[in-house]
This record gives sequence, structure tokens and C-alpha cells, in this order.
Amino acid sequence: MTQIAETAGMATPARDRFAMLRRSGIWIVAILLFAGLPLVFRSGSALTMLSLMGIMIIFALSYNMLLGQTGMLSFGHAVYYGLGAFFVVHAMNAIIRARYPIPLPVVPLVGGIAGLVFAIIFGSVSTRRGGTAFAMISLGLAELVASSSLILRGFFGGEEGITTNRTRLFRILDINFGAQIQVYYLIAAWCIVCMIAMYALTRTPFGRMCNAVRENPERVEFIGYSPTIVRFIAFCLSGLFAGVAGGLAAINFEIVNASYVGVQQSGVVLLAAYIGGIGHFVGPVLGAILVTYLQIMLSDVTEIWQLYFGLMFIAVVMFAPGGLAGLLLMHAPLLRARVLHRLAGPYLLLLAAALIAAAGVILVIELGHHLMAKASDGSVMRMFGVSFDTASVSPWLIAATLVAAGALLTRIVWPIATQAWNDAIAAARTGARS
Amino acid sequence: MLELILISTLNGMLFGMLLFLMASGLTLIFSMMGVLNFAHASFYMLGAFFGFQISRYVGFWPALVLAPVVVGVIGALVERYGLRNVHRHGHVAELLFTFGLAFVIEEIVQMVWGKAPVDYRVPALLDFTAFTVFSTNYPAYKLFMLLISIAIFIALLAVLTRTRVGLIIQAALTHPNMVAMLGHNVPRVFMLVFGSGCALAAVAGVIAGPALVTQANMAGLLGPILFVVVVVGGLGSLVGAFAASLLIGLIQTFAVSVNASLADLLGTFGLVLDTRSSLSELSNVTVAQIAPVIPYLLLVLILILRPTGLFGTRDT
Amino acid sequence: MRYPNALRVCLILPVLCFVSIHASAQDTVKIAYIDPLSGGGASIGEVGLKTFQFLADEINAKGGVLGKKLEIVGYDNKLNPQESLVQVQKAIDAGIRIVTQGNGSSVAAAISDFAAKFNERNPGKEFLYLNYAAVDPVLTNDKCNYWHFRWDANSDIKMEALTNHMKTRPNIKKLYLINQDYSFGQSVRSEARKMLGAKRPDIQVVGDELHPLLKITDFAPYIAKIKASGADSVITGNWGQDFALLLKAAADAGLQVDWYTYYAGGTGGPTAIKQSGVNHRVFQIAEGFANIPHQASQDFEKALRTKYDFGLFYPRAVNQIRMLVAAINEAKSLEAPKIAAKLEAMKFDVFTGGEGFMRKDDHQFFQPMYIASFGERNDKEPFDEEKTGWGWRVVTKLDTANTMLPTTCKMDRPS
Repeated sequence: MTQIAETAGMATPARDRFAMLRRSGIWIVAILLFAGLPLVFRSGSALTMLSLMGIMIIFALSYNMLLGQTGMLSFGHAVYYGLGAFFVVHAMNAIIRARYPIPLPVVPLVGGIAGLVFAIIFGSVSTRRGGTAFAMISLGLAELVASSSLILRGFFGGEEGITTNRTRLFRILDINFGAQIQVYYLIAAWCIVCMIAMYALTRTPFGRMCNAVRENPERVEFIGYSPTIVRFIAFCLSGLFAGVAGGLAAINFEIVNASYVGVQQSGVVLLAAYIGGIGHFVGPVLGAILVTYLQIMLSDVTEIWQLYFGLMFIAVVMFAPGGLAGLLLMHAPLLRARVLHRLAGPYLLLLAAALIAAAGVILVIELGHHLMAKASDGSVMRMFGVSFDTASVSPWLIAATLVAAGALLTRIVWPIATQAWNDAIAAARTGARS
Repeated sequence: MLELILISTLNGMLFGMLLFLMASGLTLIFSMMGVLNFAHASFYMLGAFFGFQISRYVGFWPALVLAPVVVGVIGALVERYGLRNVHRHGHVAELLFTFGLAFVIEEIVQMVWGKAPVDYRVPALLDFTAFTVFSTNYPAYKLFMLLISIAIFIALLAVLTRTRVGLIIQAALTHPNMVAMLGHNVPRVFMLVFGSGCALAAVAGVIAGPALVTQANMAGLLGPILFVVVVVGGLGSLVGAFAASLLIGLIQTFAVSVNASLADLLGTFGLVLDTRSSLSELSNVTVAQIAPVIPYLLLVLILILRPTGLFGTRDT
Repeated sequence: MRYPNALRVCLILPVLCFVSIHASAQDTVKIAYIDPLSGGGASIGEVGLKTFQFLADEINAKGGVLGKKLEIVGYDNKLNPQESLVQVQKAIDAGIRIVTQGNGSSVAAAISDFAAKFNERNPGKEFLYLNYAAVDPVLTNDKCNYWHFRWDANSDIKMEALTNHMKTRPNIKKLYLINQDYSFGQSVRSEARKMLGAKRPDIQVVGDELHPLLKITDFAPYIAKIKASGADSVITGNWGQDFALLLKAAADAGLQVDWYTYYAGGTGGPTAIKQSGVNHRVFQIAEGFANIPHQASQDFEKALRTKYDFGLFYPRAVNQIRMLVAAINEAKSLEAPKIAAKLEAMKFDVFTGGEGFMRKDDHQFFQPMYIASFGERNDKEPFDEEKTGWGWRVVTKLDTANTMLPTTCKMDRPS
């Protein structure tokens, strides 16, 4: 919707040039950012995390081509990601064996083609229906492929999977891609290319028809397009990019196994796309970064990270269905009208209230978890650097007070924030009109 | 051979009835509210665990009544304060809400009862052999499970066809908008249906717990098969859910006993495949190995060939 | 549209904080324990972590290693091979050079492969991978590598020991094989057939079943097939709920057979056996049991059970840590290549009595193996399992020499 509104605003040639500069400027900033990040974060695990974020960005964007743009909820998108990865790893082994002069940067294309081919095959049967039927077929297909991956041991490598060595391919400029930083730049380059490609797709008439199919398939038929064919093409293209992401993952880890096609992997990309926000192009990018970061780091902090993931997901579904991007871009008109600063005060109060309530809730959950699941460790636990004795009453009292205080504060601050918001929106509107 | 067929039929019917207990609730919810409750198997799991916990204090028989009531109340509350708020964001959001809910319930169960299986025992009253088929003993508890499932099915049928509420629910199954326009308190009916659906799943959990392993991953194992049952049976049709549950229960149980593979079939025609080709790998897979995957094959086939399901009267 | 980039930076900045806070470990020797610490596998993962911590405490009480304290750092891999590689990378960044893992051969294969590649590409930062429970034979055969050491007898060695025992049992006439359909189950059945075919060709294999992993909820049809075949013994590699449900179904159907297993003692197994009332007909092959009449190991078991609520699942972990400390002390260094040179070909007096050794050719540890049956205890068996009252009774001890198998490993050694 925002995208349609944006293009509608491009009327005069002068604004055309400015908008075009602004739009390409964003990509230039992105390229510079991708290139400069390794200079700030140098450790091996930071580079690994950045590489994983890059892969997940492509994967989540490809998923959003289905969910956000065409309205197709798929529970089995990892099939194309995983199959792309398997084909890439087999291709790499074949190239190494036969010593073809094919350099590594070109290899993810194999994954893309594999993803495309399988999307064509599976898409021809699953895209006839939309909505819940499509979701169910995708789930069924995902379970089928996941189960066959344990049976067809020759291709899927059984439990150990298939390994490869990315340094043994043909080298250009003597870059062997052994070091993680070289792999990162490869992934970053592919990420930029795929992002530009997928963004460009949303600008084409085909991209618009996808949106139309999402909104009202019946009406699409009235104007002469077939929703089935639109869905099918979207599905195939989405499989292509998912395959590229899978190929890059195969290069990064040098091992591919059945978990790449698993239902859990499909769940993660759904989470990433949805939390980031499916209504905007940039949503899955944000979601991919956040979810990858949390996946790697959250388990260091708490043992029940899955619970927090689930709660966060439910919170987003219930209170912020537009996701992170939706929340942030809600403020875009305010920034344009330069009234954003008026919200700073109320938002800070709201943040404080939310943090207090969140600290209380987390404390309750962790205390409860420690009491129930880890009784054999003794009653004392550490959190936020402080020791709590779960057997005594005081931590529970503290937690309860925090929750109550946070809830009370939120109740007080919420009308203030809402009022400030309404004022700012009104000011923005009058400002825009004048 | 005959023994195998007989035992497999009994087991297949039993598994089918268990599936039906859960699928009946899911079909009702799906048909009426249009939301495919991903967390339905989680309520089944909650039923098993509550049954275990309550039976430790007061015994199995009170637990059989109490646990479903508790889970039903929880389900009604979820509907009232969770699902209803998400409803306005569309079907996708509802689906995702139940998806997240399934996640959270599994985590909470793990937190409270741990990740290892719990010692949920068959009640002493039923811990004997009912009868012996050739040389295999059939436990009385399984017979009990069968009888309870049939009893609940009959009760459900009676409620739906003979009571006022049942008639409203039947109408809402096929014409939900019309029912709303006729002035019935549809939100309350929804809450009732959701809660009852969850209670039914919980009953399945309470009685299946001692027979199967009661563990925090129960929901994940049975969940996908439930959807297959509901979709194959068809929207808006309880009879369809019944037929599909029995069909899938029997198929799964029988397929497990079949040791034939495609290679065997080809062999009878004198065709032998080179053992190193991956095609030969595929054809050497026996039916027994892929038995649990057959429901998904069925799902995909039905959705392609007959999207309304076997007995469905409505489109999804 | 400028927000997304700014936001990206704001989100990545905390990464810097988390990732760069790494204490350079000068005063402790850290071992990274990479196994599931959350989710479904966590119950097993936590047990392993606590076992290793118990062992580290024991070492530290005697003065530590090279004057420093031994510390076990847990990393949660969520049973996922890719996640494990990320965690290994984190451990390496934290200065850790010794990694141990055991749950899941897929994870083990990934870590072993990564160790070979990383150590080759990063000389000076090499790390060791000590495998305490992943039993896929391929890790010390076709996919062996210099930096991987395995303390658990791999599944082929266990089958060799088991079949050597079965060779001496004339009452076994008809055998049924039932296993999970993945690499481990498949290797159990193929090795069983091969080895028994050579040692006891008179034993008739009346059934050979592979079922999908962790997907079967009712084993009654399989039990019916076993009954129909007239088998008197069953070999199964099933673990977890596949084992528990199998035994439940067997008890329901009144099946009377001997069960030869790998993992009957795993979590939930003893409870299932007791519930089924199968008394001393379930056998397991392992490198150690609580009731082995050896004073030192029984004292250790008692101390462990007093501190934690579980028994020693991993006697091999004891061998692993003690051998590691011995190797470090002998090499007088904490560098992986020097420790590895001392570890391979090391002979050791194992935890439960007897001598074992780490074979240089493939880095597989060989040790005495035991076969025990589970059932009612007598006075000489002080330990029970999972509070069932029943315990393990040793039936046979197989000397190290009786467990040997050749290897196809061609190891690339660092020059």
C-alpha cells in the first residue's frame, strides 16, 4: 500500500530526479554499510553472524515475495532453500572432482536454478489454491521432502549430510575463500544483487499484480489476469531466490544436511519475515537481522529462549501485525513533516514503563523456570548480574512489584503518548497541506 | 497372517478414534470460525499432562473428568482474550497466532514438567488383558479407549442433532454468516465451540497418555496428522472427519505391517534395477518405512484432486 | 527509507558489545561443551554438562592442570549442526582450544569436518575435538581426521563385542532385528547380519525391520510381526521414546524375548523396562555400569548421585577428561597439536578397571566392554536406575582385545 502511495506521488520531473537520486542513494549507503561492517566487527564469530544475516536476508525477502506481496502463506519454504543448498554442495564436489574452471562466486546460481526447477514442479500443483489450502499443501510437501531426506541417503547424505571444501574450486586473483571474511564479502555481494533484483520486481507490473492477487483475487480475474498464473510465477521466482540463499549457506558451512529442508527452518524464516513486517519491502530485512541475532545470542543469556521467541511472536501478531517495519514506517510522515521530536518525551516515558514491566515479567518467568525445572541446582540463581534465592519470598515480591509498577506506569503514560501521537499526526497533515 | 490383520484392524480403529476425538474439535473450530487451530495438538498435550498431574492427587477417574474441563476453560479464555483480538487482522494472523501459541504451550509444558517422559500409568482397574487373539494379548485399557471414544462420538452426535445449541452449531458449520444475522450471540457460540473443541482434544490426551509416551514433544508428533485428517475429511463435515480419521488410522497401521517395496513389485515382473543408482534406493524403500509419510501424500493428493475434501460441503 | 539502515546499525551495535567481551583465559583451562542445552535434547545435554563439571571439580581439587583450574563452558547448539559450527566459532573467539560434544552424529560430523578445515586454514589457532558419545563409525573410518578423538566405542565395535558374546549363547536360535531408519539404525542391522553371519551362521534372522525415526506412536503392529516370526531374541538400537514405546507394546502383547540393546539405559529406558515388568531379559552393551564390582568407580558413582539426582551416564567421559589432563601434563603445553601428539597411542587404566588405549591410526579409544541385564537387584548391586528399584547386573566382561576392529582410516597428519 505504501509502495502504491509512493509511486502515486511521483508526478513532476523535478521530483522524479530527486526521488531517483534518493532511491539509488539508499542502495549506495547499503553497499557502503555492507562493505564497511567487517572493519568494525572483526572477530570470527561476528563475521559468521554477519554472513548468516546476509543469507537470512535473501531467504526472508524471497519468502516475503510469497507472503507479503502475493498473500500466500507457506509453511514449507525451506524445501527450496534446502534443495538449493544440496544441489550446490553436489555441484561443488563435482566441480572439484572434474576440475572445471568455475570459480566459487558463480556457484550460488546452481542453487537458484535448483530452487527454480523444484518451485516449478511443486508450484504447478500447489498454487492452484490460495489461502489455507495452499498453506496446508506447503506443509504436506515440506513434511514429504523432510521425510524422504532420511530415506534417500545417496543424495541427502543421511545423518552426516554432504560436505565439501570451498577452497578447492578454481581461483580468481588467488582468492581461495578459506577465510570467513572472504565468504562474508561473497555473501554481501549476492545479498545486494538479490535485494536489488527483488526490489525491482516489486516495481514491475507483475509485482503490482501480485499485490492485487493478495487483495482481491476475484477482481483480478475481472480485469483479465489469472490469479493462478500470477501466484505460480511468484512462487517460482521466490523459489529461485530461496535456492540462492541455500547455496550461499552451503558455501558458508561447507556441510549440508537434512535440517536445511526441515519444517523448523521454514518456521524460522516465517518468524523472521513476520516479525520484521510483511507489509514493507524492508520488513524481512529487519526481521532477518533481528532473528539471526537473537537465535545466536539469546541462548547464551537464557535457557528458555524458545519461550521468549514464542511470546514475542504472539505479541507481534496481536499488537503489531505490521511488524517492526510497520511500526517504524508509521513514523515516516512525522519525520517528513519534522514533528517527530515531539514524540520523544512520551516515547521515553513509555519505554521506561515497558522496560520495568518487561524486567518484572522476565524475572517471574526465569524464577519460575528455575524453581520448577532446575530444582537440583539449588535455589539460588543469577540474573542481570544479581543473585536471587528462588526459595525466599523477596525475589517474587520484587518481580511482582516490577510488573505492577510497569503496568501502572503504562496505563498512565499510554493516553499521554496517544495524545502526543494524534497531535503530531495532525500537525504533520496540516504541515503537508501548507 | 490373519492375526496380523485382526490386530492391525483393532489398532487402526483405535488410533483412528483417537484422531477423531481431536479432529472433531478441530473441524468444528475450523468450519465455524475459519481458523485452523495450530495449537489444537497442544491442548491434547495439556490434557495428557493435566490428566497425569490430577491423577497423581485424586486418581485416574476424577482426572478423566476434571482435566478436560480445565483445558476447556483455558481454551475458552484463549479464544476470548487472544483469538478474538487477532480476528480483525485476518485469517493469516489468526493462523500465526495459534502457531505461536503452540510454541509457547510446548515451552511452558517443558518448563513445568521437564523434557523427559512422565510416569503416567494405566489405572490399576484396567491393567489386565481383555482377550487373546491367536497368540497376541490385547490390553483392556485399549478396549476402554475404544469404547470411550465411541461413547463420546455418540454423545457429540446427540448434542449436535438433538439440542438447540447443537442445531445452531450445525447451522453455523455451513452458513456462519447467516447464523450471525439471525441474532444468535455468535461470539459466545464461538467461545463455547473453541472451549469444547479443546476439551475434546484434552479427553483424547487424558486417555492416550498412559498408552503412548507422555512427553513434551507429543503435540509436535500428532499435530501435522491432525491437519491431514481435517483437510482430507473436508470442511463443514463431522462425518468427513470421522471417515478421514478412521481411514488414516487404518492406513497408517496397516502400512506399517507391509514389508513390500516397489523393487519387490518390479521384481515380480522380472525387472531388476542397478543397486547403486539412486532410483534403486527409492524403489527399495518398503511401504513400512514410509508409512508415517503416507498421510501427507494423501493430503497433497486430496488438495490437488478434490480440494473440498472427501465429504466437504464448503470451500476453504 | 533511510531508517532501515540506521536501524540496522543500531541493532548490530549490541553485537559488538556481546561479541567483543571475551576474557582472555590466562588463568583457567577452558573446555567448550557443545550440546543441546535447551529444547528437546536439553535433558541429556544438561546431564552431560554437569558430569563434565563434576569431573573438572575433581581435577581442580587435586590442583588442576599445569597449575590452572579446569573450566567447562557450555554452548547450546540446539542439536543443529550449523548452529554447532557457529558455537564452535564463538568458543574459538573466546580463546578455547578444546571442544567436546557427543549428542548426535550429524553434529559430530559437522564439527569434525570443520576442525580439519579450520585448523588447516588457521595455523596457530588449532583446536581439538573430543567426541564422547557420537557413535557413527564413519567418523573414525572414511571421515577420520587428526583432530578428532573418540572415547565411545563406535556402533560397529559395540556390535563386535555384542556378537562375540552372542557367539557363546547357544540358546539364541531365531533373531529379529528392529531399528530406526537412519544411519545409526542402518549400520546396526547391517553389521549385526554381517558379524553374526560369520560367527554364528546357524542363527536364523527371521525379521529385519527399519522404522521411521521418532515417528511411531504405537509399536503394536511391529510386535505382532515379531511374535509371528517366532523369534527368541531381538537386537535393537532404538533409544528414547522409540525404545520405551517398543517395550510398552511388547509388554502389552505379552511378548517373551531377550532384548539386546545399545541404549536401554538411556533416559526413560529403565522406567519403561520396569513398567513393562521385563525382568533381566533386557541387555545392554556399554563400557561401564554402576554395579560393576570395582571400588573406585562405585565410589565415584556414589559421590555423583549424592551431588546430582542422576547416575553416571558416561563412564567414558571420565576416561576422556582424565586422559586429556594426563596428555596436557605430559606435553606441558595447552596447544592442540602438542596435546594431540600425546593423546594418540596413549594407554590408560580405565575408570571401571582394566586397560584401554587410543589407537593412533584412527583416534578411536578401545576399552573393556560389558554386557549387563536390567532387573531386580541383589545385595551385591547397590545402585538402581531412575528410582525404579531395579538395576544393572553384569553378565559378561569382554576384554579390550575382544572388541577390536580394523579401520579404513587414512589420516592426513600435520607435518
